[in-house]
Amino acid sequence: MADEVKKEAPANFKVTIDNITIEVAPGTSILNAARKIGGDVTPPAMCYYSKLQGSGGKCRTCLVEVAAGSTADPRPMPKLVASCRTNVMDGMIVKNITSDRVQDARAGVVEFLLLNHPLDCPICDQAGECHLQDLGYEHGKEGTRYEFKRRTFEKEDIGPYIQLHMTRCILCYRCTYVADQLTDNRVHGILDRGDHAEISTYISKAIDNDFSGNMIDVCPVGALTDKTFRFKNRVWFTKPVDAHRDCDNPKCCGKVTLWQRGDDVLRVTSRKDEWGEVQSYDGKPGWICNICRFDKKKASDWIIEGPTSISRHSVISQGHYEGLQKPKETIAEVMGGRDPKLLMDIHSISDVNSVEIASLPGPATSKTFEKSE
Amino acid sequence: MLTQRAKEVDRKPMTFLESIYLWNIMKGMGITISHLFKKKATINYPEQTRTFSKVFRGLHVLNRDEEGRENCTACGLCAVACPAEAITMEGAERLPGEEHLYREEKYAAKYEINMLRCIFCGLCEEACPKDAIYLSQTFAPANYGRKGFIYKKDDLLIPHPIENKEAYEAALGDKPAKN
Repeated sequence: MADEVKKEAPANFKVTIDNITIEVAPGTSILNAARKIGGDVTPPAMCYYSKLQGSGGKCRTCLVEVAAGSTADPRPMPKLVASCRTNVMDGMIVKNITSDRVQDARAGVVEFLLLNHPLDCPICDQAGECHLQDLGYEHGKEGTRYEFKRRTFEKEDIGPYIQLHMTRCILCYRCTYVADQLTDNRVHGILDRGDHAEISTYISKAIDNDFSGNMIDVCPVGALTDKTFRFKNRVWFTKPVDAHRDCDNPKCCGKVTLWQRGDDVLRVTSRKDEWGEVQSYDGKPGWICNICRFDKKKASDWIIEGPTSISRHSVISQGHYEGLQKPKETIAEVMGGRDPKLLMDIHSISDVNSVEIASLPGPATSKTFEKSE
Repeated sequence: MLTQRAKEVDRKPMTFLESIYLWNIMKGMGITISHLFKKKATINYPEQTRTFSKVFRGLHVLNRDEEGRENCTACGLCAVACPAEAITMEGAERLPGEEHLYREEKYAAKYEINMLRCIFCGLCEEACPKDAIYLSQTFAPANYGRKGFIYKKDDLLIPHPIENKEAYEAALGDKPAKN
């Protein structure tokens, strides 16, 4: 029987997304079909994460219009559908950027996501690589119409390395899926319902699993941030460098991006693909363990491969020169080994870099600077 | 034609009256003396100063709010906007009990502007989301060494609006208030 069914169904479904036709395997979601085309026709996704099973369907940013359901039933779907949770049918016609309804609805969704999201990007460590920030700039409205008090929470430490800013959370559930699927026992989840829903640990139980740090990488906003990087520098002033090491942990891929300032490693993250998700290697997502992420903060711990390629539209690409070759200092050679006399050595005058910020376990405070003076 | 303005040079030998230059000297002195009665083009700086335009871009000031807390959160937007790469900073976290010093949970522990690099373009002011930096209506004063042009946070911060109200208002100048 099973063989007969297989023969009847076409091997591949033809879908048309924004007038681009592509063949995909049955069971593919519209979002993944659009990702195969790539570029502008791909709907943005805040909660869907292809490497986490069961994710998606929560944020509604990936809404698309289905202009024709399938060849067999070409009626359009009456409402916009979430493309991460809707599978393609043969002959389906999808409109994303060509539909005004979708653009309008997405602007509305952005506004909804920003209802309770504080606009504290100048403080937030995620700024510059925040998906909500990008989404807001691309689809949102410039001003806020919300006049009421946003819900606020105290910031919370989830274990020694991760800080939770619940005020910034958009409840995408990605981090709970990481905890479910990557770590062996989950100790955090969503408490309460509806407007009161929040992410927390049961009785503030610390998360001390080897892979808990991946929650930081999957968080689309600045709700879960690396405490060892907290306030140390802005993302766009650090240099992303691809590096790897032989990690003892069999589940850890050991391939990471180091975010450097000079030779100091300020932060270690897993590598990201074009959709902002963790890069896959041989079909397996490249999650990294907490030892690689939080404990190996020296350039000598890593084998450096070279600068990470960053889209030139990203603010992170400022001051990031791939293939840069430092010019050779020739003055000493010409002057018979004598170095040029500097009129001013900025490092002897400047107060910046007087403390080794990179080696601190957490953010710098006034106490850090008191000691040095 | 516009370009054909060449005058033929008179090469006749000068007469005696012409050769003693009396008339030419008198003419020149006339111009000089007439200037004695005209309004002076210069002023006695620094006793006197000129009024600046409201949009004049001078020395930077780091702003405080009306309670005297520092506005700057070390977001780095001024530094990334700066075309001369003159601004550097280091951020720090506000400790409990420091709420009267800093407006938000993050603040600039170190903030430096290299006035030798600065081109006074005002892009830092434009980039600032917190109204924390603005360009005042004063010059960066001259200095004997290069060292003196590295302005640190203490040099840049505006006086405290409650403890030192007069100096605060003087530093504020007559710039139109931003919202």
